[in-house]
Amino acid sequence: MGLVTDIRGDGFGGIPHNAITAKLEDLVTWARSRSSWPASFGLACCAIEMMATGGAHYDISRFGMEVFRASPRQADIMIVAGRVSQKMAPVLRQVYDQMMEPKWVISMGVCASSGGMFNNYAIVQGVDQIVPVDVYAPGCPPTPETLIHAIETLHQKIEDGELLKRRTATGAGAGIHVTEIPAGAQPMPVFLGSR
Amino acid sequence: MTDIVATIRDGNEAEQGLKPRSELTTRELLREVGSVLRMSEAEAAKLGDLPADPSEDQTMIINMGPQHPSTHGVLRLMLELQGETVLRCKPIIGYLHTGMEKQGENLTFMQGGTNVTRMDYLSPLNNELVFSMATERLLGIENDIPERAVWMRMLLSELNRMSSHLLFMATNGMDLGAVSMMIYGWREREEVLRFFQKVTGLRMNHNFIRPGGVAADLPVGWRDDVLHLLEMIPPRLEEYDILMTGQPIWRDRLQGVGVITQDEAVALGATGPVLRSTGLAWDLRRDQPYLHYDQVEFDVIVGTYGDAFDRYAIRLNEIRESIRIVHQILDHMPGGDYRIQNKKVTPPPRARIDESMEALIHHFKIFTEGFKVPEGEVYVAIESPRGEIGCYIASDGSATPYRMHVRAPSFVNIQCLPHMMRGGLVADAVAVISSVDPVLGEVDR
Amino acid sequence: MSDTPVSEAVAPELPPSMYGVPLTDSRGQRVLHPTRAQYVATVRALLDDTFTMCADLTAVDFLTHPGRPLPDGISPERFEIVVNLLSIERRERIRVRVQVPVDDARIATLFDMYPGSEAMEREVFDMFGIEFTDHPDLTRILMPEDWEGHPLRKDYDQGRIPVQFSTDFPSKEGAK
Repeated sequence: MGLVTDIRGDGFGGIPHNAITAKLEDLVTWARSRSSWPASFGLACCAIEMMATGGAHYDISRFGMEVFRASPRQADIMIVAGRVSQKMAPVLRQVYDQMMEPKWVISMGVCASSGGMFNNYAIVQGVDQIVPVDVYAPGCPPTPETLIHAIETLHQKIEDGELLKRRTATGAGAGIHVTEIPAGAQPMPVFLGSR
Repeated sequence: MTDIVATIRDGNEAEQGLKPRSELTTRELLREVGSVLRMSEAEAAKLGDLPADPSEDQTMIINMGPQHPSTHGVLRLMLELQGETVLRCKPIIGYLHTGMEKQGENLTFMQGGTNVTRMDYLSPLNNELVFSMATERLLGIENDIPERAVWMRMLLSELNRMSSHLLFMATNGMDLGAVSMMIYGWREREEVLRFFQKVTGLRMNHNFIRPGGVAADLPVGWRDDVLHLLEMIPPRLEEYDILMTGQPIWRDRLQGVGVITQDEAVALGATGPVLRSTGLAWDLRRDQPYLHYDQVEFDVIVGTYGDAFDRYAIRLNEIRESIRIVHQILDHMPGGDYRIQNKKVTPPPRARIDESMEALIHHFKIFTEGFKVPEGEVYVAIESPRGEIGCYIASDGSATPYRMHVRAPSFVNIQCLPHMMRGGLVADAVAVISSVDPVLGEVDR
Repeated sequence: MSDTPVSEAVAPELPPSMYGVPLTDSRGQRVLHPTRAQYVATVRALLDDTFTMCADLTAVDFLTHPGRPLPDGISPERFEIVVNLLSIERRERIRVRVQVPVDDARIATLFDMYPGSEAMEREVFDMFGIEFTDHPDLTRILMPEDWEGHPLRKDYDQGRIPVQFSTDFPSKEGAK
């Protein structure tokens, strides 16, 4: 944490790191993760599951996210729910650009993550070709439990501050490491962030 | 990344947009209105364009969508307003175009269900049903589907109608401001989806109804689950009646809004609740019965005024009729096969694959190469919650459809929007769209 | 498919022509085959004969399957416009198939008879490139305005990104 020195460039990340600011940082990231408002960007079938997640049974209000803000200026997370067509791609980028920092993107469903089953001329093969994505949620459509898992993963990342250092002008996504697991190794357990 | 950003233009789609009224010739304007009622231009002129306020003769063109909390998906509307009155409206679609018809040409008939089911994602089983019925018609096996499979299809189709209409109630309520209706509607829908998950394995986009029957048999204990649903939902519908139907605010917001006449609806090709709200009792389940709908009793709900309130009431009561149908299906459900025992069309049971080489080969061929369908073309239509959904398949004798086209009800119903919004207030635009209940997945395919 | 049981549906005895154009039967459904010149008159006759709703208007590109069965006197062209009409009074459906050549891909619009065909004809124009004369607003409807090409034509590739380790079927159409 606190890897850069330019406060204008990186907000809290720019403050020289010491015991007091670390606690402040923790407080800020804790607050951000507990009350991140999604921008409504439901496109297709995944939007229905996203609405189901907002319903009473799965209830993302527990995580502080039931207010889907219509205006992207007021939103923190953009959940791209559904397939992004060629005509929709500029609109998606415009909405993303209108969101204020800090902002995160969850790519919900396989169509948003990679084009899904629609490997053809009409669908953008992965919304990360247009906006930087932080968490990918697979499924067609992902059940509300999967979406909540994705949201919680994102919240953990927000709280850990891994994403505090904002993306530079190249618009690169969150750093993703790919480590090759040799064949025959034990299956890796899934854990949410480091603690 | 910068390349993509640089090449994104204004995205204005100027040609697809709405030109201001002042730029159109009179003939074009009258054609917009008059042809719907099949009038001559002179008679359409007498209909009167809305009176122009001399001090305010400038009209405004505003753009609603495609990303907007109140449009059902990515529908973009261009409205020409004079003050608060909507003069003309043009829906611009294509923001969810997925190339499904092109993709369908490269998927086998067994895989086609996965493609088609994602068109109208609120009633996926109906999409699969119409596709399967068209395939079976081409194969010539439409009369050989086992009884249990037919009744299962009916059961799932009616439950899907219920879940789709419940979602309509939820989104309609929310669009009009009754936000708690959203929570209630989803609560009921969860119960139906839970049943679907038990039967088909998925909550949505099931790919369960396949050519030849259905994919698997009903699980043990399904009858209790269905009875639980049928007991739980009617009292909740009474709650909705109290919350909405009798309530003066709800009535004021919906009555008289988005009126369409019967001639307009028929001329525009509107079907489903939109057509029935004008007073025409046309329901494919009764008028061109498919499956075994001629063996169950149900009423076709019809409106009188063709307004948004009628469409809401029709859908609410269609849930009740669906419950009635499901009760009868429970009585009628026979035993037997859940898919046709034709080795060339349906895969063999999994246990047989260990025993018989032939079964293994059939399984392999059906799932990789697909079964071949004789040459021909056919159009089959059923009644989906939104109207008449039809599937036109032209086959050339190979394992994939040569041309697969789905006639989506919402695609045609959206053409009614300009006529419904004419003369109304811009605040009612949301109510009108919501009452037509479009699903953009099937509009754009 | 010689050993697939074909249901013994009794094919009704159909007259060879109706409304002045050849009539065929397709799996128990009636299909009329007017020429382009007879198209509007035939549809007008159907409209006057209670077929008041245009259920569907679409097109098929027969580039890679030119040898489909057609009645005598109808020469196959590359495109076929398919119109499905519905008579609410008589609870009947009928289909109209018109051949459209690719070098003169133009046909009359049905907008004045069936305003509901407006969006359907725009979609056919967008996907196939067939123009409808006298259509009020012939612009693309599903693809972006500046898109080149007509996606549902058989010589337009699906646009797949090649996927490793998949059972890729050989594509039927030639790559663009």
